[in-house]
Formats: sequence, structure tokens, C-alpha cells
Amino acid sequence: MNAERIKDDELSDEPVPVMQQLLDNPFLLLFLGIAMPTVLYIVWGVMEIVSLPIAK
Amino acid sequence: MSVNRMFRTCPSSGLVFHEPAEKLMRWNAVAAAVSLLIGGLLAIGVVLTRWQAVHLLPADRFYQFLTAHGLNMLVFWIIFFEIAVLYFASSTLLKARLATPGMAWAGFWLMVLGALVNNYSVFRGDSSVMFTSYAPMGAHPTFYLGLILFAVGALIACFVFFGTLMVAKAERTYHGSVPLVTFGAITAAIIAVFTIASGAIILIPTFLWSVGLVEHIDSLMYKTVWWAFGHSSQQINVAAHVAVWYAVAAIVFGAKPLSEKVSRGAFLLYILFLQLASAHHLLTDPGLTSHWKIFNTSYAMYLAVLASMVHGLTVPGAIEVAQRAKGYTHGLFEWLRKAPWGNPVFSSMFMSLIGFGFLGGISGVMMGTEQLNLIIHNTIYVPGHFHATVVVGTTLAFMGLTYFLIPVLFRREVAFPTLAKWQPYVFGLAMMGVSLFLMGAGTLGVPRRHWDIGFAGNAFGYEFPGAAWLMMALAGIAGLVAIVGGGMYLLITVWSVFLGKKITTPGFQHVRARDGIAPSPQPVAAAIAAHHPSAGAGGLVAPGTFALAMVFLVSFVLYYFINWKYLSTVWPLK
Ligand code: HEM
Ligand SMILES: [Cu+2]
Repeated sequence: MNAERIKDDELSDEPVPVMQQLLDNPFLLLFLGIAMPTVLYIVWGVMEIVSLPIAK
Repeated sequence: MSVNRMFRTCPSSGLVFHEPAEKLMRWNAVAAAVSLLIGGLLAIGVVLTRWQAVHLLPADRFYQFLTAHGLNMLVFWIIFFEIAVLYFASSTLLKARLATPGMAWAGFWLMVLGALVNNYSVFRGDSSVMFTSYAPMGAHPTFYLGLILFAVGALIACFVFFGTLMVAKAERTYHGSVPLVTFGAITAAIIAVFTIASGAIILIPTFLWSVGLVEHIDSLMYKTVWWAFGHSSQQINVAAHVAVWYAVAAIVFGAKPLSEKVSRGAFLLYILFLQLASAHHLLTDPGLTSHWKIFNTSYAMYLAVLASMVHGLTVPGAIEVAQRAKGYTHGLFEWLRKAPWGNPVFSSMFMSLIGFGFLGGISGVMMGTEQLNLIIHNTIYVPGHFHATVVVGTTLAFMGLTYFLIPVLFRREVAFPTLAKWQPYVFGLAMMGVSLFLMGAGTLGVPRRHWDIGFAGNAFGYEFPGAAWLMMALAGIAGLVAIVGGGMYLLITVWSVFLGKKITTPGFQHVRARDGIAPSPQPVAAAIAAHHPSAGAGGLVAPGTFALAMVFLVSFVLYYFINWKYLSTVWPLK
């Protein structure tokens, strides 16, 4: 492999901070980025609309 | 193995292009430019009709042009370009092969087909339902079908992007975290997935309704879910153009973000909160409670606005630090005065930042406040606001990036360099004018999407003040100049790409992935993709940016309170 790829001396044993683990996980972010607006905007909004009484 | 694994290292920038990714980026960029051309031609009709003294088009033509203008600009131009940015930020910046190029091409052709089908429906003449296509106003089925095809194509592209991230990780083409620019692109792609899913939820039933398979579409339900799509798609743009700002700061100045942690945190705020602001489109709709409206537009949106302000400060801050390190240390603003204003990559990006923040940002927060929204709801203030965000902000940033990509991606010299130097100013400044004049007219009550504010032959007329007519005329003039600026961009890019002088490098060859990638000592690639320890530790490292931030805050507060004062005069509470 070439020098651009991982060099051993750049790998450290320090634990990765939790926040960085979150930021480094695109699929967890994808889940959060979909769940938040789905629940707070769409589901909440749609629940309010369907609970409106229908005019007679 | 197929030929799918060829890489080339750009000799001038050191960036590494995977051949299939490169080709996809080019084709997406070309499709984007074609959409911009169509949208720009239609803008002539729109703007000359709203300039009341000219009043060019008859009513039906006007609404048709306006519908097609909105779609070609905001959907097709921007999203084609964004797909190119996604491939660049994943494959190129991570030096990874693009995952499933075949799927990526399928996505691309679906998008092309969708754009054609949708344009077909509008040009038929029976689908002038505006970009928002509110039910129960119905369009021809191909209108919805086109959008659905386009969205499916874009969704495939997003998955190719995520797949490429996985490839890069598995093949260890980078270590630690992805570069900040790629992180910005991840933010954009995440928002895109939500956007497209919402679009599907609402457009598929609406399509079925248009062919008679579904009986009824509730208008409020439509509006609510549609805006999860319509608004969030604007947030893809924000995340993408902010990523472009960071990239340009690195490309032009070798600037390092003041703090990667803070910048990434700000992108996280986008992921969590930006899409909730969709509710600001429903602030005047009865049926939804103030709890829902205020939670989504105020509490959540302010966190996203905070994130934008972080980006708006750390990008110029990083540039200031880089410039000061080069010796431009006199006074507060030497770093800015001595910036390369003749380089269109920089001038576009900086005007994008200022226009987005001062014009788009401040007006957006004002409009997003439930009470203040009443003053300007559905007036031409709204197009004024979003031409600042999505045209001065996103479009201009993308134009700037194009000037960087012509030599790097297309291997051509930029044609007409003097014209290129002026283009961002002509387009950017004129567009800022359009935004301001439309906002001015909107404050005076001029409605958006309105063919004739003179109300000729109407039983119930309304007399707008002369100032409103003047504002619309000024917007018309500025709009024509902006269209010329857009034409300059297209002339330069199309000429460069198809007829421009080829850049050739002796001894240039593609390498196979398994033979490894040539190391890239060149500064640009390293600057965009590298990680940096925080530059902002200790002391005030960017006093000029701090001063600009204070100007921004004062303008913000003043404008915000002026509108409350104005609101108090609208309500006849004596
Ligand atoms: C090139 C110069 C441009 C000019 C002069 C221009 C002018 C205008 C004007 C005056 C309107 C409002 C008309 C009305 O509501 O009655 C409008 C609407 C709109 N413009 Fe532009 N525009 C330009 C470029 C763009 C670009 C680059 C984008 C997007 C990236 C864009 C997106 C839109 C959208 C989404 C609408 C709203 C359509 C609707 O109400 O359904 N425009 N434009
Ligand atoms: Cu919005």
C-alpha cells in the first residue's frame, strides 16, 4: 500500500469521545435526521389535522 | 474486474478522481447547466410581466412560465448540481471508488427523464399549478410522475453517496473522521433522504388522485406534508453551499476551520433541527396549533439559525486567520481588502456568504416568527427572501465552485477570463438588488404570484402606493441584469467545457486502484481533505470577523424590532 493510506503512528489507543463516535457514524446521523422531523413535524402535525372535527 | 477502477490524480490540485465518478459529476453538472438555462430564459418572462409598466405576458402564459421557472431552477438546476457535489465530496475527497456506478447512471437517467416529463406537462399548458402544486388544484398526471421519477433518481444518487462512504471506510482510503467538507455533504444527503421520502409520501397519492385512483386529497394534509419536502429541499441547499464555502476557503486560502469540532457540531444542529422549520410555511393556516407552529419554527429553528451563524462566522474567520498568517495584519480589514477579489471562485463564495447571511438570514428569521409572518405572508417579500438564500446563497456558491471545477474536473482552461472575473459581481449584486426590491414591494403588500397588481377591469381593485410600483420596476431592471449575469456564467462554462483549451499534462496516465493512488503533495487536495487542530484557541484570532459579526447582530436586532413596530401599526389596537 502507499504512504497516503493509514500510517501506524497515526493510530492511537486513546478512546474516541462519544460525540465524535456519533459524528463519525453517518447511518446513526441518518436515523436521527429522519426521526426528528418525522416525529416532531410530520407525525405531530398530521395528528393535529386528523383530530380536527369535520364540519357537518 | 471491469474498467471501473481507474483513478487519475489532477496535476494542478492533487485531487484524485475515480473515472466513473468523474464522468457522473460532469454529466450531472451539464444537466444542471441546461436546467439553469431554461429557468433563466423563463425568468425573462416572469420578471418583465411583474414589472407592471411592461406587463409582457398574458395571464395564462405568466403562470405557466412561473411554474416552469420555479421547477427548473429550484429543483432541477440545484439538485443536479448537488448530486455532482455529493460525488465529489465522497469519491474525490475520500479518494475512494464510487459505489455502484451502474446504479448512479440509472439514477442520473431517471432524473433526466423526470425533468423532461415534468417540463413536458408544464409546457402542455394544463399544469400551471406553480412549484407548490397545492391540491385540490390539479395538474396533468405527468406533472407528478415527472417529479416522482426525478426524486427516485435523486434518492438512488444519495444511496450511491452513502455506499461510497462505506466503500471508503472498508477500503481504508482515509483515517479518522471524514473531511469537514464531506461531513457537510453527509448533512446535505441526510436531509435529502428525508426530503425525498416526504415528497414520495405526498406526491404518490396526488399522482394517483390525478389519474382518478384516489378520491380526495385533503388540502391541509397536502400542504403540511408537501412542505416537509419543499422546505427541507432548501435545507439540502444550505448544507451543500455551506460545505462549498468551507471547500472554497480551503482551496483559495488553504484556510483551516477555526474549530472543526464547532463546525461539525453546527452541521449536527442542521441534521437535527433544520427540517423542522418547514412549519413556517403553515404559520397562517388554521387547523394546526400554535404549539406545533412555535415549537417547530421558533425553538427548533433558532438552533438551526445558530448553526448557520456559526458557519457564517467560522468561514470568514478561518479566511482571516489564513490571511493574517500571510502578513495581512494591518487594521481590522486588510485581510479582506487584500483578498483575491478578481478570482471568481472567491468573489462568488464571499458574496454568497454575505448575501445569504444579511439578506436571506435576517429576513428568514423575521418571516419565521409567527406574529411577524402575518405582515408578509404570501407577498412578494417571500420570493425576495428566497432569491437571497437560494440564488445569492446557493446558486452563486455553485457558480464559484464551477470556476474551480472547470480546470480540475473538465481539464479545460476557463474561457473569457475577464468576463469570468466580472460575472459574480453582475449576477450577485443584481440578484441582491432583486431580493431587496422584492422585499420592499412585499412590505408594501404586493402579492406574490400575481399577474396584475393594477387590477385592470376588476370590480374589486386595490390601489398600491406608487413606491410599490417603483419597487417592482426596479426589481425588473435588476432582474434583467441578473439574467445577463446568469447568461455570462453559461457562456463561460459551456464555452470552456466544450470549446475551451484542453489542459494536457505530459506523462499523464490513469492508475488502477489496486496499484495505489499517486500521493498528492499539492496544497489544494491536502487543504480540503486534511484535519486540523483548532486554530482559534486563545485570544481573539479574527477581530475583523468579530467586527462583521457585530454589524450583523445589530442589523438583525434592529430589523427584527422594526418589524414588531410595524406589526403594531398593522393591527388597529388603539
Ligand atoms: C436569473 C435571475 C432570476 C430572476 C430575475 C428571477 C425572478 C423571479 C421573480 C420576479 C419571481 C416571483 C414572481 C412572482 O411571485 O410573481 C420568481 C419566482 C421564483 N424564482 Fe426566480 N428569478 C431568477 C433566478 C432564480 C433562481 C436561480 C432560482 C432558484 C435557484 C429561482 C427560484 C424561484 C422560485 C422557486 C420562484 C417561485 C415560483 C413560485 O412562486 O411557484 N429563481 N423569480
Ligand atoms: Cu421554508
